[in-house]
Amino acid sequence: MTDSKPTVVVAMSGGVDSSITAALLQQQGYQVIGMMMRLWTEEGREAHNRCCTPASMALARRVAAQLDIPFYAVDAQDTFKETVVSYFLDGYAQATTPNPCLACNRHIRWEFLLNRALALGADFMATGHYARVERAEDNPIRLLKAIDESKDQSYVLSVLTQAQLQHALFPLGDYTKDEVRDLARKFELPVAERQDSQDLCFLADTDINSFLQRNLPEVEQPGPILSVDGEHLGQHQGLAFFTIGQRKGLGISAPHPLYVIAKEPDKNTLIIGPHEALGSQELWATDFNWVSDQAPSADLRAEVKIRYKSKAARATISTQDNGDVHMLFDEPLRDITPGQAAVVYDGDEVLGGGVIRPAVSDQAIPIPLGEVRLHA
Amino acid sequence: MNGKKVYLDHAATTPLDPRVFAAMSPYFEEHYGNPSSVHTFGQKAEAAVESARETVAMILNCKPKEILFTSCGSESDNLALRGAALAQRETNNRKWVLVAPVEHHAVTHTAEQLAELHDFQLEWLPTDKFGRVTDKALQQAICDDTAIVSVMYANNEIGSINDLAALAELCRQKNIPFHSDAVQGAAYLSTNVQTLNVDLMALGAHKFYGPKGVGALYVREGMKLHPSQTGGGQEFGLRAGTHNVPYIVGFAEALRITQEEAEQHNTHMQALRDRIIDQVLETIPDSKLTGHRTERLPNHTSFVFKGVDGNALLMMLDVEGFACSSGSACKTGDPEPSDVLTSMGYDREWALGSLRITVGRHTTDEDVESFLNTLPVLMERSRTLEAV
Repeated sequence: MTDSKPTVVVAMSGGVDSSITAALLQQQGYQVIGMMMRLWTEEGREAHNRCCTPASMALARRVAAQLDIPFYAVDAQDTFKETVVSYFLDGYAQATTPNPCLACNRHIRWEFLLNRALALGADFMATGHYARVERAEDNPIRLLKAIDESKDQSYVLSVLTQAQLQHALFPLGDYTKDEVRDLARKFELPVAERQDSQDLCFLADTDINSFLQRNLPEVEQPGPILSVDGEHLGQHQGLAFFTIGQRKGLGISAPHPLYVIAKEPDKNTLIIGPHEALGSQELWATDFNWVSDQAPSADLRAEVKIRYKSKAARATISTQDNGDVHMLFDEPLRDITPGQAAVVYDGDEVLGGGVIRPAVSDQAIPIPLGEVRLHA
Repeated sequence: MNGKKVYLDHAATTPLDPRVFAAMSPYFEEHYGNPSSVHTFGQKAEAAVESARETVAMILNCKPKEILFTSCGSESDNLALRGAALAQRETNNRKWVLVAPVEHHAVTHTAEQLAELHDFQLEWLPTDKFGRVTDKALQQAICDDTAIVSVMYANNEIGSINDLAALAELCRQKNIPFHSDAVQGAAYLSTNVQTLNVDLMALGAHKFYGPKGVGALYVREGMKLHPSQTGGGQEFGLRAGTHNVPYIVGFAEALRITQEEAEQHNTHMQALRDRIIDQVLETIPDSKLTGHRTERLPNHTSFVFKGVDGNALLMMLDVEGFACSSGSACKTGDPEPSDVLTSMGYDREWALGSLRITVGRHTTDEDVESFLNTLPVLMERSRTLEAV
């Protein structure tokens, strides 16, 4: 590296956000290298994967050519399958609702790809996530929400450690949605306007249930549906096909709407009930990552998001001896879902996050996300 | 990122020689006629094409009417294989196609298509540990029913040179058409079709400092081919389509210069080649040369390294300013070990770590020096990455 400008690898996808990320960083004076991962897709469905089809790769390549930056594709298929997809399937096998984006950010983007970026000689890696990092000397790096809270993606980045954040850049976090749209026009990049989607990239246009049926056939295991009072109401086809708070698709007619209240994997039983039965005032999160690398020494009052798009709720947070975290909410929350992340915020700052454990304490705890190994 | 870029991928393509470009230039705007036209515009263009054909024929030691111009080396391979196989079946009812698995995909995929779509029988010729077809292997494989044999002159991935004359002689005795993909070989080796004894031979200009998008096929007089492209009857009815006049002119000029200056350039490149081979094998642990040590193209080096992601290594080299290639290189991030290395018996652990460095006329001692200084460092980094 003879050039003194810092080098940054941008994780590209052919979409607007990562393309503008690359353009912005170049404008800010970085040496930019584009990289794109080839992720795992079910055989025969490659053209439907949401973020790494041959077409989106060709698009990313054109963006890179227009910006005059090098572009490399890297094969992450095996490691993606071994980490993200198996995390996803194992979670469903345990009757939780896992969030594979957490595993992807921890192990694919910010471990596998970051290691490759560092090996290329990069100082930083950037993604098109809407979030911010704040660096101050001698202090831990802080992870903050995006300026535009409607686009904020700090929730899925709550798994990041100081070692990862040290190399992380999220330039879009400083812009509003409208500003980014203006930038897209200004840079005149040949990017695809991709629909915002909550779908997981590897589902490749199919729904979760059919994906599970193909890839984890053992989830199809009929069992009883009981009311909260223990009354037998019907039969379900497998606990994995239901999520806490779910209302549609229960197959039971009743004068009042019924919701999934709980799943009891040891008895293969689905508990349903009225809206009032839903919700809890507390949760336990395991596999907890404190962004500063330091668990707080005392209980603290903070806001918590229990899903990517949920509203933050006030809670009292206490760390247990085993590192798990207990959260007691001021008001009961409806959608506490084992397998999803509970992310703790102090205002704009992400303090940390962990995976919500099943409510019944004797149940198996979720599959751990696992350690990150960087070799910078 | 390194400021100076060093291009070490001359087996992929070469820069256009400015002298070739100068020879081509008048045929874009000035002499733009269609060689098939009656008027003087057409005559001028036709003269250029026929003069190019003569030049090429002279270099290949054959008659002008034995030279066909095509769009590239791959097209020449396609026409030779498919054209000869179909004609042989029609006249002699022969049905066996013999090719080695180390051939370029232009040959192997065409052979596979002949088997799948046209009911030919495909037999893969075994190769020795250097990726060469031996006369013994060919002797055992050919029979009266063989429609076509195709053996490349020099291998693009591993550089090994086949003894075409000996192999072609075996086919000649049985009256079997013998084709050679000489796309790599023609850039450095003799292209005398009489001593090489071939019936068909494919060439592509951009491997020898000519333009991309033009190739040629030598077709021995009397060899029957089915046309690859039907239409206006150009190229003796075997390859229809308006002649690409400036590129055909460029093809001939590039080949002429290459043959004329071969000795000088080959001596220069071979010294660089030998230096790279010796030093890489000496300084890099768990490294092997692929292909033959001496019976190889004078500009060509190729290696495998155990436990290295060849793709990652290529990226690192590129970031440091060195443009190289690899048998498993894939721009879409879906690496598979190369068919060539796999067929030669290298297991995945070695075959995924392949690297090809091919020098050119303008490669300097300093280029090679700085490459050889950089490679061990990157290799170490790449191996650490794999260990994670």
